[in-house]
Amino acid sequence: MFDNLPLWPARASTTAGSVDALYIFLVALSLFVSVAIFTMICIFALRYRQRKGREAEQIEGSTILELTWSAIPLAIFLFIFAWGAVVYFKERTPPRGATQIYVVAKQWMWKLQHEEGQREINELHVPVGRDVEMIMTSQDVIHSFYVPAFRIKQDVLPGRYTTLWFRPTRSGTYHLFCAEYCGTQHSGMIGQVVVLEPAQYEAWLSGGLASGSLASNGQNIFQQLGCMTCHRSDTQGRGPNLVGLFGKRVQLEDGRTVIADENYVRESILNPSAKIVSGFKPIMPVFQGLVSEEQLNTLIAYIKSLNQPPAGAAATPSMVSPGAKPQQPKE
Amino acid sequence: MATAALSHEREHYLNQEYGIRSWLLTTDHKRIALLYLVSITFFFFIGGFLALLIRLELLTPAGDLVQADTYNKLFTMHGQIMIFFFLIPSIPAVLGNFLVPLMIGAKDLAFPRINLLSWYLYIVSGIVMLHVLLTGGVDTGWTFYTPFSTAFSNTKVIEAGVAIFISGFSSILTGLNFVVTIHRMRAPGMTFSRLPLFIWAHYATSIIQLLGTPVLAITLLLVVFERAFNLGIFDPVRGGDPLLFQHLFWFYSHPAVYIMILPAMAVESEVVACFARKRIFGYRFVAMSSIAIAVFGFLVWAHHMFVAGISLYSALIFSILSYLVAVPSAIKVFNWTATMYKGSVSFTTPMLYAFGFIGLFTMGGLTGLFLAALGLDVHVTDTYFVIAHFHYIMVGGAVMGYLGGLHFWWPKISGRMYPEGWGRLAALLVFIGFNLTFFPQFILGYLGMPRRYWQYPPEFQVLNVLSTAGSTILAVGYLLPMVYFLWSMRYGKVADNNPWGAAGLEWMTSSPPPTFNFDETPEVTWEAYNYEHIPAAAEVPAER
Amino acid sequence: MWVFLGTEIMFFGGMFCAYLIYRLAYYNEFAVASRTLSLPIGTINTAVLICSSLTVALSVRAAQLGKQKLIVILLILTLLFGLAFLGIKGYEWHEKFVEHHIPGSSFSFDEPMPGHPEAKIDPRHAQIFFSLYFAMTGMHALHMIIGVGIFSVLIFMSWRGRFTPEYHTPIEIGGLYWHFVDIVWIYLFPLFYLIDRHK
Repeated sequence: MFDNLPLWPARASTTAGSVDALYIFLVALSLFVSVAIFTMICIFALRYRQRKGREAEQIEGSTILELTWSAIPLAIFLFIFAWGAVVYFKERTPPRGATQIYVVAKQWMWKLQHEEGQREINELHVPVGRDVEMIMTSQDVIHSFYVPAFRIKQDVLPGRYTTLWFRPTRSGTYHLFCAEYCGTQHSGMIGQVVVLEPAQYEAWLSGGLASGSLASNGQNIFQQLGCMTCHRSDTQGRGPNLVGLFGKRVQLEDGRTVIADENYVRESILNPSAKIVSGFKPIMPVFQGLVSEEQLNTLIAYIKSLNQPPAGAAATPSMVSPGAKPQQPKE
Repeated sequence: MATAALSHEREHYLNQEYGIRSWLLTTDHKRIALLYLVSITFFFFIGGFLALLIRLELLTPAGDLVQADTYNKLFTMHGQIMIFFFLIPSIPAVLGNFLVPLMIGAKDLAFPRINLLSWYLYIVSGIVMLHVLLTGGVDTGWTFYTPFSTAFSNTKVIEAGVAIFISGFSSILTGLNFVVTIHRMRAPGMTFSRLPLFIWAHYATSIIQLLGTPVLAITLLLVVFERAFNLGIFDPVRGGDPLLFQHLFWFYSHPAVYIMILPAMAVESEVVACFARKRIFGYRFVAMSSIAIAVFGFLVWAHHMFVAGISLYSALIFSILSYLVAVPSAIKVFNWTATMYKGSVSFTTPMLYAFGFIGLFTMGGLTGLFLAALGLDVHVTDTYFVIAHFHYIMVGGAVMGYLGGLHFWWPKISGRMYPEGWGRLAALLVFIGFNLTFFPQFILGYLGMPRRYWQYPPEFQVLNVLSTAGSTILAVGYLLPMVYFLWSMRYGKVADNNPWGAAGLEWMTSSPPPTFNFDETPEVTWEAYNYEHIPAAAEVPAER
Repeated sequence: MWVFLGTEIMFFGGMFCAYLIYRLAYYNEFAVASRTLSLPIGTINTAVLICSSLTVALSVRAAQLGKQKLIVILLILTLLFGLAFLGIKGYEWHEKFVEHHIPGSSFSFDEPMPGHPEAKIDPRHAQIFFSLYFAMTGMHALHMIIGVGIFSVLIFMSWRGRFTPEYHTPIEIGGLYWHFVDIVWIYLFPLFYLIDRHK
């Protein structure tokens, strides 16, 4: 509204509309109830104020009234619950095929890595109209990724990944806040989300220093750390074959079945003995302390890339055999 | 001013014995209530002063009054002191301690010495907390989230945890005392269905204190151990889980908010009944609602964690339960409003606070509906919206309930009337100041201003300035009663047994009451709120 | 006292809750760590506490019958059993100290994974087991010490002849407290000492 006195946040994502609708309904409901109660109190207090000669009438109560004004609010509340749940469900279910961006939060900055390789600090460039999924972890304490204009927020935890998604609908620059108190510069851990028109976004992508896509960087680390010594693309490896692994169910030796998601891959690298794949021995070395969160992100991106053949003329997805040179980055 | 010669002849709990030993070693629940009154007022002003500093800092977008670390300590200690050293004890320890035995016709609480022990534990914990405040403070936020509090903060986390741990025992023992007293020491004829609603609400509060506080105790202890001995219970780097802390913490801290609001609702029931001169509409329902709030209050804790990383399905369950717990509170508001229908309403200071309570608690409660709505909570959680919500309930609700109760029972406690004109002015100032302080924060929250921010983007400034302006008015509103209550103890109009013409056993004994409360144990043959048999105050001379 | 014991259940409950969660998450590590605790000592301690609960119950009976000397003897026996428990616990903790199983900077845990002798247990998860072990048995021991204090007072009071068949409430209440502390141990013992012992 006014520049110096905004009364409503910008609306810049597909979720924003749904959230605002629920909010406006609740504001209207609250206004109605408050005015109703206020009016009734005023009327009663004035009409029945203390006057000489008039005594109060002792009324015990009215069960029917009690049940009515319990049932109606309950019904309204359940309606609000259902509406809120529907919006929440949409907010927490990233659509398939979303562009993935990896976020590492630390005291007191946001580090973002695009799949194509761009790294940003405290700033995130995204194109209008594309689904974006943020895969986030923290290096130290709990933070929270919050973009008011998108109406989305998610705590970012150390030791695991949490996700959120959005689809921007309007270009512009919007606040990014840390919303979970994290120490001295909590209020300084802010940045901006820059939403660009698709053409501008492509320009931005190719403009920066591309040090290789996330996945190709991951592939480099994969080799440097000697992972393919055991994780070969055949059945002879001492470790499970990682091709086509991501997202699939994995049978563990203790009988449990888990899905190979980001948290599983991360745990397998940092604490391999936690979940042993059925049929394999617990001989994988521990990489806790040997890889940074950013490197973990690249490794995960690489393992994800093993699920599908790369577009265009390229080799079938197989791991580079030990000793060979890494593939060239795709851009 | 009357010569007051008559009341000086009569012996009561205040003049029965003089000297500091008679106060510090008393087992009289009424004196202990006053000991608490003085101590919590002290902490209220410290917590309030911290709030003032916060609001001053937030006048400008830049962090220019204090350093970031200092600011973080300010809001942390404001929260800890206000919650653990003011709100949780306030009504139960002052008004509850004073009135529970009187209202049920007993001579004292079941365990008078444990009552005194409660106060001493409170004082010890307060001293430790003051020490924390004076030697560096703590900056984890009152919620102590891990791993920041266990592995990253460089402040006095252990000491603050110990202080709150000790204060928890004060709370537990008070709850224990009330439950046993209410069960075992009611006067003959005082059946459960004849109990004032004040007692019902304090009973419910005590159940929460008993069952919830130990969980906070052990949670804080585990944080202290983890920090002191480098354990890894909540630290992911050492194999622990930060979310476990949040679950354990909120398992107490959500019921804790009901510890803070149920007693204010207790006061509300008594005051509205008296100044509408009729029985509370729907007595049974209001009594059962108190119990329902206590029970349901234990089932909703993870609504503080909707974006913390819990599963979608957990979130759904806690959201629906949170809506269920809202129903009994709504029932109470409707019943209080209905009580005024065909009543005989007068506008004394306590009644003004009661009106304010209904309005502000309703607004606070309605905004709770916003927060329980999952899709909306994602946007507004951890913002000023939440701050506004809980201040509406804690300050607009609980503190107004406390002040209203203090005014209502002041004649009983002190034997004097406070000056009514000043009382009404203060009530008005509190109401206006409060709304000006906190309503803009709802807007700020929806705009996206996060909480615990020392500096903020410039477009939020105007609303912050409004909020700070309101807080100065609020401060004046709070200072006034301090001044005139003290004034009234010497110069106030002498009060008789029942200056308001109120129902309740406490009004059937003298003001102030004798040490053992009643000259003879009353025998109760009437229902609560028997206003049809009690003449209104205007017809009873206020002074002899 | 019943009300107070309710609060105690909530107090210990928080820790049991944490235990439950971590045991589900780190079952193997908990099993291995549990096996490093001394089963014989734990069993002896359990037997000691159960005997002490017997003497407490008998002392209440003696009070009901007005047998003052018997009360004193039984209370002293209870106290001795309690002290024995604490002493044995102290010895046990000392053993843990020597083995570097006390959480903190000197913690070290070097046990192989069950079924896979060539791999090691993650020491961080074992440390959580021991953190909970010391926190919970420590809290329990603290309550025992308080119990010892209470029973010392009871012994003094009964020796002075303060109890009659009509009035022996302090013994009943002290007994309730002691039984509660005993029951907490009855839960702690299998949860910490008996994980996977059947294998």
